[in-house]
Amino acid sequence: MELDVSFWLTQFLNGLANAMVLFLIASGLTILLGVLGVLNLAHGSFYMLGAFLIFSSSIIKNPSWFWVGLLLAPLVVAGFGTIIEAFCLRPLYGRERLYTLLLTYGFTLILDDLVLLIWGRDYKSVPIPALFEGRLTIGDFSYPVYFLFIIAVGPLLGVFLWFILNKTNFGKLIRAAATDSEMLDALGVNVNRVFTGVFALGAWLASLGGILAAPMRSVEPGMGVEIIIESFIVVIIGGMGSYLGAFVGAVLIGMLKAFGIEILENFAMIFIYALVLPILILRPRGLFGETTI
Amino acid sequence: MESTSGKKLLSRLMERIPNRFGVTVLLALAVLAPFLVQNDYYIQLCTEILIASLLAISLNFLIGFTGLVSLGHAVYLGVGAYAFALLTKNVYPSMWAGLIAAGASCALLAWFMGVFCVRLAGLYFAMLTLAFSQVVYTVAYYWRDVTGGDDGMLGIPKPEIGIPGAFSISLESFTNFYYFVLIIVTALIFLAWKIANSPFGRVLQAIRENPERVEFIGLPVHRYKLYAFIIAGTLGGFAGGLYSTFQGYISPDLLYWTQSGEIVLMTILGGMYSFLGPAFGAGMLLFIRDTVLNFMEYWRIVVGGILVLLVLFLPGGILGFFEEWASRLSIGGNDGDDTRS
Repeated sequence: MELDVSFWLTQFLNGLANAMVLFLIASGLTILLGVLGVLNLAHGSFYMLGAFLIFSSSIIKNPSWFWVGLLLAPLVVAGFGTIIEAFCLRPLYGRERLYTLLLTYGFTLILDDLVLLIWGRDYKSVPIPALFEGRLTIGDFSYPVYFLFIIAVGPLLGVFLWFILNKTNFGKLIRAAATDSEMLDALGVNVNRVFTGVFALGAWLASLGGILAAPMRSVEPGMGVEIIIESFIVVIIGGMGSYLGAFVGAVLIGMLKAFGIEILENFAMIFIYALVLPILILRPRGLFGETTI
Repeated sequence: MESTSGKKLLSRLMERIPNRFGVTVLLALAVLAPFLVQNDYYIQLCTEILIASLLAISLNFLIGFTGLVSLGHAVYLGVGAYAFALLTKNVYPSMWAGLIAAGASCALLAWFMGVFCVRLAGLYFAMLTLAFSQVVYTVAYYWRDVTGGDDGMLGIPKPEIGIPGAFSISLESFTNFYYFVLIIVTALIFLAWKIANSPFGRVLQAIRENPERVEFIGLPVHRYKLYAFIIAGTLGGFAGGLYSTFQGYISPDLLYWTQSGEIVLMTILGGMYSFLGPAFGAGMLLFIRDTVLNFMEYWRIVVGGILVLLVLFLPGGILGFFEEWASRLSIGGNDGDDTRS
């Protein structure tokens, strides 16, 4: 019986750790949808870039590699996102949505091959940073410290995001742009700059997700197109534009996967779709869809 | 809205496409292709382009005609392919039975999915089609007993065609198979063209332009959308069946969402506002991939780069651009016959 409890606790924590990574990607995706109305298919690629950049920084044999990477890599990816938004996405806002979808799909293709070109095809593994090595043991129960770190970081970033959106001037502009960007433009705000900022923020969050996930998963090209589907599902469940919804959706998906695997080994994803299809059909705006940001 | 010029162009082209000269040349080229290339490898490439053309044109029923952007069209490629493979391998090795199974299974699937999908519009429609196709992908990937899981299915036959007892034609030779695909694809594309130009097809275009108004006229918009969805799915299923027997090998990758993205890409690359545009895009994409792969494995960078440039500078697609250019030459920019639509 004792063993059973620790087993379920482990599954629960694993689910939570995966959920936090998912949240980081989905929160950016959902804000992009809410504010820009753009379904960014390249969002998974930002996650992938984050993971590969932290791999490169892990090659540096200095104990601070993780922290340097954690600080710099998201900035690099956010800069990259800024360029994409400012030069490629911006001309498309006046046109049909289809074109932004295609453009971001084009970048998915480009980035996938770029990563192959730079880092090669083989699987990479990133070591767990020295500070979080080992396991935390309480009585019979032991759990990797690094996973606990991720579980702690997720809510912290959630609060950080809440703070940005609700307590800063930039956040006020983002919320205003989500409600009525034309009005905001008429009031003399440079809406383009707000959009660019939102896109960069999303890219920053997604790459952070990639960095945090890298030590617990294998880093490989194609990881971006895989994660984007799960992130979409999170966004659908939570409602487009709602980052609280993204959090709830991510935890739900994380748990379904962690425990679904125990019930039906290979069909864990089926549980997820069994949840998402009715939501899309009956309540296409998601669980938290009404509250725009 | 913003791409009115493209849409006007479409309605203009709908009347002009039997621009018989162009179509005749195209068909003549297709018929002569095996003699022109004289090379098994390129005959196979041409066969693949034909199948992809049918697939892209089937998707354009939703994107270009009805204004519904589906991100799950690979589901028909995959389901059609699996239906063909399962029937010909496990039940009865007949080309016609296989193709009918592919089309019928996709018609049923599209009917089922469509009931839910057509009630949504825009991004929600895109997401629901994506979710449905990923469900099917997951099933195909994990249901080892039936689909072979991620190993896929091998040894899908190319059954001979003919009348039993009277005569039969083997399709094992690349040239024979090419002509077989050419006949099927041409017939189906012609059928699609007939549907697109029927009153029914006009209603679909009207729905794309302004669904509310069509509703006001008293036409059941959802039902029309559902029909378009089923037609697109069925044609896609035939393409899937042909692909299955063409490759002789299938895997769940056919159903993955990036495959759907590729079909959308073909459609847009060629031009969604011209009837044969998607076919042109399919040919271009496969040709570019093939050419690039001869030099390096990174064809996605090239295709992605072309896509980005195209979206930014040539949103009407390549064939769309040329047709606009040609029609401007021929009628001197006169928009006279647009006022009717």
